[in-house]
Amino acid sequence: MKTWHFQSLPSIVSSSVAAGPFEKNSPYADYFDTFFEDLYMEEKSFEKAQRKLLETSVQGTLQKAGMSGQQVDCMIAGDLINQITPSNIAARTLGIPYLGVFSACASSMEGLALAGALVDAGYSEAMLTGVSSHNAATEKQFRYPTEYGGQKPPTAQWTVTAAGSVLVTGNTADSLAHIEKATIGRVQDINVTDPFNMGAAMSLAAADTIERHFNQTGESARDYDLIITGDLAAIGHAAVKDILNKKQIHLSADQFLDCGKMIYQGLDEVQAGGSGPACSAAMVYGYFLKLLKEGTVNKVLVVATGALLSPLTFQQKESIPCIAHAVSLIKPQKEGR
Amino acid sequence: MANQWVTQSKAAADAHELKRPVLKNCVKAFLVGGLICTIGQLVTLLLILYFPFTEQTAGNPTVAIMVFFSMLLTGFGLYQKLGQFAGAGSAVPVTGFGNAVVSAAIEHRSEGLVLGVGGNIFKLAGSVIVFGVLSAFFIALIKTVLLQLGVI
Repeated sequence: MKTWHFQSLPSIVSSSVAAGPFEKNSPYADYFDTFFEDLYMEEKSFEKAQRKLLETSVQGTLQKAGMSGQQVDCMIAGDLINQITPSNIAARTLGIPYLGVFSACASSMEGLALAGALVDAGYSEAMLTGVSSHNAATEKQFRYPTEYGGQKPPTAQWTVTAAGSVLVTGNTADSLAHIEKATIGRVQDINVTDPFNMGAAMSLAAADTIERHFNQTGESARDYDLIITGDLAAIGHAAVKDILNKKQIHLSADQFLDCGKMIYQGLDEVQAGGSGPACSAAMVYGYFLKLLKEGTVNKVLVVATGALLSPLTFQQKESIPCIAHAVSLIKPQKEGR
Repeated sequence: MANQWVTQSKAAADAHELKRPVLKNCVKAFLVGGLICTIGQLVTLLLILYFPFTEQTAGNPTVAIMVFFSMLLTGFGLYQKLGQFAGAGSAVPVTGFGNAVVSAAIEHRSEGLVLGVGGNIFKLAGSVIVFGVLSAFFIALIKTVLLQLGVI
């Protein structure tokens, strides 16, 4: 499949990030909009709390754009919980026409690529896209109960409790950034079976998508100020750098970043780093869009990575299939096209 | 070609994998596990000294009291922190069993008392009970055979 070129350069006009109590400790907490004081967020279950995160984030995004839900054509959302129910039920509350997507933690960029494509093609004038994840709801589904005293290995990652969303419209000068291109990933599997080592499992998927994006666009690493992966964390990020070097793609250390490594920088209890669809959403929609808006960076490639496993598949000893979707964003252009 | 990258990627990932600090984990498990068992021994001693229990009968109430302690620590969110530090040291003693039962009960309270708590309380500890009963059966069988043969 070819890389999608969005000729009209759709605009990201507003964004908002809602986050949990632990995320307040993030060095990037200043870039998140709303915080909740505890994991339940005044709801009866973690799953309901996750839905509240997405609702809060979407309402924040609409408010910043000065729009109501009725003015939005469609919302694309996804998450990790069974049948993406937090997204489904948030869509019920919001009453916006809705498309549910699933690429595990790569759902953030799947949603953004699709929103960009639908706006660029003229099917929609205003698209919302967002993702959510909740640490305890994810632990409950994929691992052990929250209060279970199991010891996590140093390769384990910490699911981010947050939701991030953006509003995508046709090209306008008053925007945070423009969506330029998108490369949809292929499912890759390097035979990792340990669900506590997902960064490693996702390494080839990320490297493959980056390589294909460069080959198909004729671009190289020099064309990008930053190449940002979603949630590879310490092990996966280092592995991707090695794989790319073997593919003759050389990225410098300050150019090649990972949201999973950044979001909990300096917090020891998270082991290898952050994960979850909201990991890339919080960092990109919170922090990196600000950099683009300010013009600190001109062009970035966001490569969200997802491990497509279920609690059933790993118990049945299936290796972990993984995917990565890439979206390139450029800073606001002075003159709208 | 595709397979070549699978192998190379796996090798790259393995090269960066952080190994579990096995020796450090063993030392921590030994110390914390030992401490938990010392507390258990103290409880037994107190039961024998101040309550009508003997060395033979103090075992069961000791287990119940230790599970009660673990239940409190689990409910206050402390056992999980202890578990990350101590590993097997807090998982192997009976307090670890209590933690597995209670944490599952708390977690599934949102799905109701019967299907949620009742249906999931032994989600983690269930296999301990199943294989505990199964191994007890086989040990008893071996003992019976040996007794019949007059070996013991």
